[in-house]
Amino acid sequence: MDTKEYPAIWLQAAGCTGCSVSLLNVINPSIKNLLVDEVLPGCHINLRFHPTVMAGAGAPAIEVMVDTSKKKKGGYILIVEGAIPTAKDGIYGVVGEQDGRPVTMKAWIETLAKDALAVIALGSCAAFGGIPAAYPNPTQCRSVGEVLQAKGISTPLVNVPGCPPHPDWFVGTVATILLSGLPEPDDLDEHSRPKAFYGQTIHENCPRRAYYDENKFAKKFGDPGCNYELGCRGPITHADCPLRLWNNKVNWCVGCGATCIGCTEPEFFDISPLYEKVSEVALPEGEVN
Amino acid sequence: MGKIIIDPVSRIEGHLKVEAVVEDGKVKEAKSSGTLFRGLELILRGRDPRDAQRITQRICGVCPTSHSIAAALNLDSAFGIADKIPDNGRIIRNLILGAAHIADHILHFYHLVALDYVDVARLAKYEGNNPALNSIKNFIARGELGPFVPRYEGDYRLSDEANEQAVAHYVSAFDMRRKSQEMLALFGGKMPHNVGIMPGGVASVPTVDNITSFLWKLKELQEFIDNVYLPDVLVIAQVYSDYFEIGRGCGNLLAYGSYEMDGKEADLTKRNRFFKPGTTATNLKYSELDPTKITEEVKHSWYADSISGRHPSRGDVVPDEEKKGAYSWLKSPRYDKAVFEVGPLARIMVNYVGDNPEVKSLVDSALSQANLRPDKMFSVMGRNLARALETKIIADAMAGWVLELKPGESAYINYKLPEETTGMGLVGAARGALGHWMEIQEGKIANYQVVTPSTWNISPRDDNDQPGPLEQAITGTNIRDEANPFEIVRIVRSFDPCLACSVHLLSPKGHDLGEFRVC
Repeated sequence: MDTKEYPAIWLQAAGCTGCSVSLLNVINPSIKNLLVDEVLPGCHINLRFHPTVMAGAGAPAIEVMVDTSKKKKGGYILIVEGAIPTAKDGIYGVVGEQDGRPVTMKAWIETLAKDALAVIALGSCAAFGGIPAAYPNPTQCRSVGEVLQAKGISTPLVNVPGCPPHPDWFVGTVATILLSGLPEPDDLDEHSRPKAFYGQTIHENCPRRAYYDENKFAKKFGDPGCNYELGCRGPITHADCPLRLWNNKVNWCVGCGATCIGCTEPEFFDISPLYEKVSEVALPEGEVN
Repeated sequence: MGKIIIDPVSRIEGHLKVEAVVEDGKVKEAKSSGTLFRGLELILRGRDPRDAQRITQRICGVCPTSHSIAAALNLDSAFGIADKIPDNGRIIRNLILGAAHIADHILHFYHLVALDYVDVARLAKYEGNNPALNSIKNFIARGELGPFVPRYEGDYRLSDEANEQAVAHYVSAFDMRRKSQEMLALFGGKMPHNVGIMPGGVASVPTVDNITSFLWKLKELQEFIDNVYLPDVLVIAQVYSDYFEIGRGCGNLLAYGSYEMDGKEADLTKRNRFFKPGTTATNLKYSELDPTKITEEVKHSWYADSISGRHPSRGDVVPDEEKKGAYSWLKSPRYDKAVFEVGPLARIMVNYVGDNPEVKSLVDSALSQANLRPDKMFSVMGRNLARALETKIIADAMAGWVLELKPGESAYINYKLPEETTGMGLVGAARGALGHWMEIQEGKIANYQVVTPSTWNISPRDDNDQPGPLEQAITGTNIRDEANPFEIVRIVRSFDPCLACSVHLLSPKGHDLGEFRVC
């Protein structure tokens, strides 16, 4: 069987590289499988541009990116990590040069998203603005969705938030596109997140849920009890962490005694302070007792 | 006269551009610029001080752990509990930091640096039966070579056998760094961006089973470090031994110290730390560190001169995009007005001259194997070697620390939030000295300043026109082939820059593209 090549461009904007590092923690397939092997029978993701991984630097690397967008029009996947600075037309973030001028991240995303097969906004910064867009949003950072909408670009977009996102959420999203094509509207929630991973709240599946139901709340970190009064965002946060677990299933946030900090939600980091009980009014109806 | 522009510099964390003016095959002048500004210090103002610990670790997803510890130390000191953290909390923080260092250093050598020395493309003619190498051979045969090409071509010197082994280790190192993050998550909850560390200690209560699991994961990593990582670094150091003469840098080294051996001393500068703080230079004399001598200068940065020369605890951000003579949005941290390099090299050499017996014997043995004098450590290869030696020292020490944990005992204490106070947190991050300073007013963050290792190393010229450490390391270098400037990228990557940490903002102004460009 011939191997079908799926070119992919991974652009880093205003982020911290944490989404890339999280992807390195993937188990099956391994990161080596993802880079060089067929990720599914007959399908190879051809990662042509990734700032942290690629061998090349400078203009030759930029040329590959531009070349892919021209020669593989409509056939490549654009992955964006980080939010997009838009203040002063985007000068707070530039990558590479074209014709002797620095090119803003905003301009790259507008150019590359237009002709992509699909865009994956990976991590909470790309999906919702995240950390750099937190109040007062000094560089007027926007999510990928907002930037595409402002330009009238209608390329299919999937948000895979998390700070960082679990590597399975990314790999699962890509595998779904390769196996069954672009997601149907019903596969995504109102924030364009795949329901397969973000369909339930942390609270619904939390192993400490029984404590909550019995009104047994921890007063201090490390105590037994539900961490709700220590600021846990589990009741308002959508993700499958309690079931999927992290880092080869060794642990997860509440598992180590800490709180869920709500990192997959659009409001992440502005539901603060993080160590104060999330207001009862913020709780969606019917999702908690 | 030509100008080499490398933008973006890949296989580093963040967004970096390097310019080098080359005359007669030699770099006459070098400038480095970061190309992303997020303004996290501005986002912190007015928030609950405790949130700084969660926000600042998101400065960088490669080294979030160091920020989470620097911020926790900063908050502990502001909350008056720096001497009250339970031993379990102190030890787990050390274990989490150590696990992060191991993961970072393995990632840096194999996945960020190695492709400058190891020729993956040569695997096309591989004829052995290693499954990993054959899958790379098949990958090459399919003809779609991203992300391994394009690349700089020419100076790949390893023998076929050594090259094949290095590529196989490039693949197995992916698993090793992943396992180190898994080891970290046993106590930290998840990685990147652990949630275990917090002001007051650590959320986790250690159990016998996670102590055991930690120990055995660590054992596997120790075997990799001793039998694969260190030997590989020594092979590359031998084959590319000219890189002990390249990229010397400013010759001054500074370390804050790291790994708390004693939780009862509130003053970080007096505390017993496994790697002690201090400074040294090419004269190999040890001096004690005085953090009050740190300043941030902005003569060549796009900030108002009125904020220049301040101690970070009184630091500010007042942009001045029109300022003449400025060419960077990085400030220039200086110590006693002099240029200092930070990083594993600094930590190792400060402790080498500061009578740390473990460091001294390991460095001496590595130097005698390579037949080198200690001053050759001030170089590209010296930085790579120091990083590997440090990894071994930390991993070996951790095997003892994890057994000091008391299962079932809390690692955390509660505290009261103060209305008005200040704090300081200093730690040896994977990439070097990391400092967090804060001021609290009316119970909220009034000012929060972070001075990262890469701000020290990648800084522009200062108020006395002294170039930063990276600029000094590149200047004077002979460039064999301007179309494939291996020397520059090897120098840059030896510093392991983390630009998300250090960079403020780049304006399209100041881009002087020169007569022609080779990149």
